[in-house]
Amino acid sequence: MRRTTRRRLRRGILYAIFVAFVALVALAADWGRLRQQFLQIDIAREQFPEIITIAAKNTLLFTVVAFIGGLILGIVLALMKLSTIGPYRWLATGYIELFRGLPALLTIFAMAYVLPIALEIRVPFGQVGAGLVGLILVAGAYMAETIRAGIQGVPKGQAEAARSLGMSPSWTMVSVILPQAFRIIVPPLTNEFVLLIKDTSLLFIAGSTIQTKELTTFTRDAQSVYFNGTPLLMAAMLYLFITIPLTRLVAVLERRMARSR
Amino acid sequence: MTEFPTPPTDVPAIEVVDLYKRFGELEVLKGVSLTVKAGQVVCVIGPSGSGKSTLLRCVNRLEEPTAGQLRVEGIDILDPEIDVDKVRTRIGMVFQQFNLFPHLSVLRNLTLAQRRVLGRGKEEAAEVARQNLERVGLLDKADAYPAHLSGGQQQRAAIARSLSMNPDMMLFDEPTSALDPELVGDVLDVMRNLAGSGMTMMVVTHEMGFAREVGDDLVFMDDGMIVEEGNPRDVLANPRHTRTQSFLSKVL
Ligand SMILES: Nc1ncnc2c1ncn2[C@@H]1O[C@H](COP(=O)(O)OP(=O)(O)OP(=O)(O)O)[C@@H](O)[C@H]1O
Ligand SMILES: [Mg+2]
Repeated sequence: MRRTTRRRLRRGILYAIFVAFVALVALAADWGRLRQQFLQIDIAREQFPEIITIAAKNTLLFTVVAFIGGLILGIVLALMKLSTIGPYRWLATGYIELFRGLPALLTIFAMAYVLPIALEIRVPFGQVGAGLVGLILVAGAYMAETIRAGIQGVPKGQAEAARSLGMSPSWTMVSVILPQAFRIIVPPLTNEFVLLIKDTSLLFIAGSTIQTKELTTFTRDAQSVYFNGTPLLMAAMLYLFITIPLTRLVAVLERRMARSR
Repeated sequence: MTEFPTPPTDVPAIEVVDLYKRFGELEVLKGVSLTVKAGQVVCVIGPSGSGKSTLLRCVNRLEEPTAGQLRVEGIDILDPEIDVDKVRTRIGMVFQQFNLFPHLSVLRNLTLAQRRVLGRGKEEAAEVARQNLERVGLLDKADAYPAHLSGGQQQRAAIARSLSMNPDMMLFDEPTSALDPELVGDVLDVMRNLAGSGMTMMVVTHEMGFAREVGDDLVFMDDGMIVEEGNPRDVLANPRHTRTQSFLSKVL
């Protein structure tokens, strides 16, 4: 009996601390100024429809492009890393170390400003497109490690069975190993997608035109026009609107994976 | 039940001559010689680690022998010029862990290599697959996924998968060792029927009853060498070598 009373008391105290903390924050905050700075309805209204039709659309478009590009690059790098041919392995290892070791912002910056000058090439979406190439390079490096782990997570007997049936190494990889590897890495890849949504905000470093602004660039520019944070709050809400369902999805997928083991 | 076209009987199906296999420092096969005639069932027994699996896996070159000769239907399969994939289509392999492809239905498990390797059309491959599923008593499981089958059913599906390639011979590596005792019988029945239909078989097994009843030849391996070989009944009843005697006294 005394033990339960004590436990109740302890829980009561913890709740009290929480309530006190929230109350303190609520009292300390200057709600008027906050509303002034972040909740101007008319400014919010003026962001439409461009914040959706251009900014959010570009964020999603750039994410999907970076994801698909990174995925293809990641598969190639993972296969190179697992190759029996030394130079392929070294090249892939060097690449992965390099782009995981550099800040993504630096890579994007370099691609956006240095690459177009150095190679004199034009990419779709102009400078942002070039910055996007940087994002793909980084995403590929991260995904390569995930994919490699997935390939190695497929039991060795699977490849042996396929090869014993006379299937070539490449057919074995394509129709037996990769499909199973992908099943293993769907949760981490979805996670990677969420990270990429947020990382497209780094593209603000690559100068953009009105049509190529993604969510962060768009709302930052709007913020400096109005000297008001309302657009930033809207961007935050939009990011969360996309990322939270996806992170929930990852959790569900991971739980399902754990159960199917 | 389909009969298998037996190649000319004067050419041995499998000919292993003085085979050596080394994993780094560890010598696993120390000069193994063995002949499997067409239509014969050769059973291989021996203690754990004696090199039985390694020998079997050398025959379809899942392992590369360090030295020695290996001929399948008279063809030197260690020849670097040889197309290993082509050789393997003629040698079925059944594993202890079944190794069905878990992402494909049973039918797709059976048709995948037929289509990719033999270039059979969709309909033809499915027809061959169904014949072989019927043969192992699993026709009703064609659309099931491996995870929904019992171990014994998985192993029979794996056998049907190998048979769908119309191999000339089959290698079995402890096909019943991973099964619950009550499921062993069904798999052995399938193998018995297969032997009865004239299939050339090399079977690593701990099922002495099967070896005695179905085997034409019994090979006892220990420490990377063939210690004793002969008619299964004779070897099991009157082992000549002391190592064979002590092994059999433990397992029988
Ligand atoms: N890929 C490998 N690398 C290193 N050592 C290996 C490898 N495969 C097998 N061995 C070793 O070779 C020896 C023989 O193995 P093998 O699997 O052929 O034995 P086995 O007779 O099939 O035994 P079991 O009855 O346990 O299956 C063992 O000592 C094993 O550890
Ligand atoms: Mg073994």
